Amino acid sequence: MDNSYKSGAEALLHSLHLEGVELMFGYPGGAALHIYDAIFNQDHVEHILVRHEQGAVHAADGYARATGKPGVALVTSGPGATNAITGLATAYMDSTPIVVISGQVKSMLIGTDSFQETDMIGVSRPIVKHSFLVQKAEDIPEIVKKAFHIATTGRPGPVVIDVPKDFTDPEFKFEFNYPLEINMRSYKPAQAGDSSRIKEAVDLIEHSKRPVIYSGGGVIQDDASDELIELAKLLDFPITNTLMGLGAFPGSDPQFMGMLGMHGTYQANMAMHNADLIIAVGARFDDRITNDPKKFSLQAKKIHIDVDPASVSKIIHADVPIVGSAKECLSMLIQAIKGRDLKINHEEISAWNKQVSDWRDAHGLNHSLLELGPQNGKILPQQVVQSLYKETEGEAFITSDVGQHQMFAAQYYHFDKPRQWINSGGLGTMGFGLPSAMGVQLAYPDATVACVTGEGSIQMCIQELSTCLQYGLPIKIINLNNAALGMVRQWQDMQYGGRYSSSTYENSLPDFKALAESYGHIGIKVAKFEDLESAMKECISLKDRLVFLDVDVDPNEHVYPMLEAGNSMDYMWLGKDKKTW
Amino acid sequence: MKRVIALLMENQPGALSRVVGLFSQRGYNIETLVVAPTSDPTLSRLTMSTEGDEQVVEQITKQLDKLIDVVMVSDLGSSDFVERELMLIKFKKDSFPEDSFDETNIVSNNEEIVNVQIIGTSSELDQLILDTAYSNPIEIVRSGPLGISSDKNTLSIDN
Repeated sequence: MDNSYKSGAEALLHSLHLEGVELMFGYPGGAALHIYDAIFNQDHVEHILVRHEQGAVHAADGYARATGKPGVALVTSGPGATNAITGLATAYMDSTPIVVISGQVKSMLIGTDSFQETDMIGVSRPIVKHSFLVQKAEDIPEIVKKAFHIATTGRPGPVVIDVPKDFTDPEFKFEFNYPLEINMRSYKPAQAGDSSRIKEAVDLIEHSKRPVIYSGGGVIQDDASDELIELAKLLDFPITNTLMGLGAFPGSDPQFMGMLGMHGTYQANMAMHNADLIIAVGARFDDRITNDPKKFSLQAKKIHIDVDPASVSKIIHADVPIVGSAKECLSMLIQAIKGRDLKINHEEISAWNKQVSDWRDAHGLNHSLLELGPQNGKILPQQVVQSLYKETEGEAFITSDVGQHQMFAAQYYHFDKPRQWINSGGLGTMGFGLPSAMGVQLAYPDATVACVTGEGSIQMCIQELSTCLQYGLPIKIINLNNAALGMVRQWQDMQYGGRYSSSTYENSLPDFKALAESYGHIGIKVAKFEDLESAMKECISLKDRLVFLDVDVDPNEHVYPMLEAGNSMDYMWLGKDKKTW
Repeated sequence: MKRVIALLMENQPGALSRVVGLFSQRGYNIETLVVAPTSDPTLSRLTMSTEGDEQVVEQITKQLDKLIDVVMVSDLGSSDFVERELMLIKFKKDSFPEDSFDETNIVSNNEEIVNVQIIGTSSELDQLILDTAYSNPIEIVRSGPLGISSDKNTLSIDN
């Protein structure tokens, strides 16, 4: 038969190939078996067999975040589809471009409560950018084209393609034509910003005395880091990044104030609170940033650049809304600034920079904790992150899970490049770290990829250690083991009178070293500060092996600064007995 | 304050559930909802009324516009517009308030029951319900309002 005739399953695989997909993550099952057979019969797209569908979607997500290319996951119907839900919600909240293909029961069985049937379109609806239920096999190429277009353009996001089994039947073939372009009358994401708004922005910039650049994940998604750096350098304004935006501006640059928000640095939060101008780029003023929006940065005018019009003036009113791609709008802004004899009050700006620097000196993070040695005989979790930073020379990809370890990694590892820091910021998904690291490691086989995690989070997707052995993924798992759900415990300390309700394990934790070894990897246990740096060195130097570095850290350590709930950004806890008000 | 929003969306399975789902997902109320295909059968026009201040309505229209199946959205209240709603009322014959209606309103009439139809703005219909309450209508059904702008602007993909 003519090669241009394909079954639905073959058409799906070939469409993925034409979209540039080189690898996908998945788990087979009845409704997806025609597709799996088509995978077997081609060699363009490599399939990575995970151990749980949640892992497949996180891995695709990690791949997408590290490369900027869309990640792909394939799951079967019913439980396969529902297991993918947490991964979809994670990608949706952080706007990452992934395409999840779910097998569905045969079209004639839909709605009959048949075996492994779930209404995937219905279940996933609130947590996807868009979804498609395939209605006939011949539609598959166009649907794949649309799915990738939607996932990767505008504000990126996850797209689901639900494929009833009969439409992948190898017996039914049709002439395969892949659309070169797609034109959707209902979907035209904004590109360039409005030039009159750009001019208004420059006017505000000219008159500002206490400006702050506040950028988020949108700058990374849009590969606009170069433009962001150029703007910040051109203006010499202090800059802060959100948790999702870390790496967009070099973390080790003195102009960088560190992360802002709930666990942001003192200087970044103080600068935001006292600013007279906030230039927000690809950030969405979420509640972990603003604290109480009614008390948020009341003296500041806000310029808000975002590709999603619905994000602008959603939480905080934008005085100058600029809707468009971060890269395009920043370029326009830079051009407008360069094209004008900009009258910035340099005296005021340098006084403001001095103020930021004074704040940093007063209560900034201590990046030399390693030199202090053990504290009360214990290892501080921050010291582990600093040791990792030192040993990897700041160049590793770092994925993380969710909790204290995530905040310590964000605070203490200086991310100098975009896409280097990969974490679940929006949804806060425990279990994200290891599978997302698989996606990163597969994209960059020679890079050092470390998953900074905790003994709570790692157990949520620990089954993927087996996947890592199958595909030889030499991930470095840095487990900050405080034998408690650290962030929960911190809140219980601060707000619930130290009543540790269900946040400890009562000596039921596994021996992680032995566990890693059982999965065929290397496990290293560190209990004493004296062993930390040598163990870290060994861990990082084992280039070809997955190493599980299990470090006992001080269970009493809290993450600071921490915003006081219901207040403005200058209300911070700086220590257990130290606050700013 | 009541606001009327009109939109055009792709006439395909799942599109309506995305629109309706958005309202519950984002915590907005839908007071009324009317939907039907347009003269272009690939498109449906949906008219909804909701409660909310300026900022809420702005968010609603932006979020609706973001849905991939939604082609165009218009907050009709942002300029002059005409609103009309259809209401059907069922009365027992012996308590039918003849003075409130004329012959053209009556859509069915037998020994037991009189059904009437009334078209008007939603507030006119509210008033009529109050005015005829004494005659104990046994069923009232309302369509929810449709809306169209009073100026030359149209909700159409052709312009």
